[in-house]
Amino acid sequence: MHLAALHRYYRQLLWAGLLLIAANCKPDKDAEEPLGAPTPLELTAPRGFPRIPATPDNPLTEEGVALGRALFYEKQLSGNGTVSCGSCHQQSKAFADDQALAVGIGGQRNRRSSMSLANVLWEKDLMWDGAASGLEQQARIPIENPVEMHQSLADGVRKLQQTSTYPPLFRKAFGSATITEDNVLKALAQFQRTLISAGSKYDRFLTNPSVFSPDEVQGFALFRTHATGTTRGAECFHCHVPPTFSGPYNTFFNNGLDQAFTDLGRGGVTGLPIDMGRFKAPTLRNIALTAPYMHDGRFNTLEQVLDHYSDHVQLNSPNIDPNLGNSPNHPSGRMILSTTEKRQIIAFLKTLTDSTFVNNPQFSPPTP
Amino acid sequence: MLFRTLSSALLALLLGIATLSFTACDDDDKAQPNKGELDLEFENVVGTQALTLGQAYTSTNGDAFTLSKLNYYISNIKLTKADGSEWAEPESYHLVKHDQTSTRTFTLQEVPTGDYTKITFTIGVDSTRNVSGAQTGALDPLNDMFWTWNSGYIFLKLEGTSPQAANGQLVFHIGGFKSPNNTIRSVSPPLPQGTVLKVRAEKAPAVHYKADVLKLFTGPNVIRFAELSNTMGGPSSVKVANNYAAGMFRIDHVHAD
Repeated sequence: MHLAALHRYYRQLLWAGLLLIAANCKPDKDAEEPLGAPTPLELTAPRGFPRIPATPDNPLTEEGVALGRALFYEKQLSGNGTVSCGSCHQQSKAFADDQALAVGIGGQRNRRSSMSLANVLWEKDLMWDGAASGLEQQARIPIENPVEMHQSLADGVRKLQQTSTYPPLFRKAFGSATITEDNVLKALAQFQRTLISAGSKYDRFLTNPSVFSPDEVQGFALFRTHATGTTRGAECFHCHVPPTFSGPYNTFFNNGLDQAFTDLGRGGVTGLPIDMGRFKAPTLRNIALTAPYMHDGRFNTLEQVLDHYSDHVQLNSPNIDPNLGNSPNHPSGRMILSTTEKRQIIAFLKTLTDSTFVNNPQFSPPTP
Repeated sequence: MLFRTLSSALLALLLGIATLSFTACDDDDKAQPNKGELDLEFENVVGTQALTLGQAYTSTNGDAFTLSKLNYYISNIKLTKADGSEWAEPESYHLVKHDQTSTRTFTLQEVPTGDYTKITFTIGVDSTRNVSGAQTGALDPLNDMFWTWNSGYIFLKLEGTSPQAANGQLVFHIGGFKSPNNTIRSVSPPLPQGTVLKVRAEKAPAVHYKADVLKLFTGPNVIRFAELSNTMGGPSSVKVANNYAAGMFRIDHVHAD
């Protein structure tokens, strides 16, 4: 036998063997010619961040992320072809938007504000009320919600299948040109997991404290300090935990906006009296870019937010977070921050803006 | 010659593939004859009552209260045999969160088989891990128990309300590992009289602890909410730590397997 022929023969046998392995694990009914496997993509946790959570059911690949990026900006996933995920999650606004209440197709208003997607891969509860616990599960909610994108995912899949562009992209990412709902959700999740924001002035401060101005240093001190009566503190860190400056896992807070609730928040999901009026604490990374603030966008400025926490917390609101009504700063239990202290905290919050994140060309709408 | 060498190489390769194809998906753990498991269960109670968040209780001192949150670390678990020999669980950090039922029970794995007569654990996190920076698992900073920067972890976090408290709110964030306000405490609540934990390859005993919230406010130090309703480390937290060391945890019963 000629050597080259022998090589071919061995190679075929090797492929047969590998297919046998694959077949043993998961029968592959797809009759399409096998493509090369997609290229695995490994994310790196920035210094000080928790480990990248493993997603064994949806490992990141370059092809999957590229597809997810295209889908994220794909308006055909909405009922009338006018809205994509990117409509309410805009890169220039750290993947939130500038509306008090999110706007869906036909200009309809959601009852809540868009949340930033920065560092969403570390979140275990998604949405203001934790209605979803994984990105693969979450994306279906806004896609199908009548006041958001208002189209069944099945219809979206049918539209994508009829295009000439998407079937080959799905084939590259998931091995089959037959588009499935699961693979749409997986690709969207993959793209969103790459949205890591860790390039702010605050991040530089951690290795080089001299980058902060005196106001920023003082604002950070207030942010992370529990008041004792002799030390002033603004208690922010209880709910906005570094390094993500987001709420802790599986934890929801009533921050004292209202005496009576028009939106039950977490309580609407669990039905538990103790969860009524509680919401997820959103990330403060890029907070200067994501006004208006709160789940219903009631505050237009960070100054109004600070005024709320300092002076206007509804202390008798059911399930009020105890850290907001028990401050040794003032006999009333309120934080009562001075004008200077508020200014310093806002100066610190502005250091959480990450211009590399909002300008990263890998996150923008792909050029067709 | 060349053909023969390649043939044997091919044979080896195919054999390798065949072996792989039979083992690649075989994820059954092979039971190790000299290793077993031990389950630890933590039931939070208020005296003789079960703890329900939001429900009204009265402390031993007569103060009314409700809880909205109760979390604590159980770490550095050690098992001791009658002859004094010890096994320490590696990477032994567990966070019990009352509102997440699944966290109230966990399993010690790969425990050497044998008869154990004592379980010791730490309430809190050892000083080394307090200053190791961002970590994973139970020590993940986003678990609602990290103070960040120099102060490390909160070991026990209790929040709620009390009409006796100055502003109606209870905030007990107990932690701190530096002298003189170190709140790390190790305890060895005794097994029921005559009980031995028989860990076997085919048998996993379960130890059922009761953690009594009332004992946080009584014991060596009487805590009245009118006097103390807000502590995050420091001397007041030490008082609470001495209470949790003195009798918050007891073994209620043991399931043999």
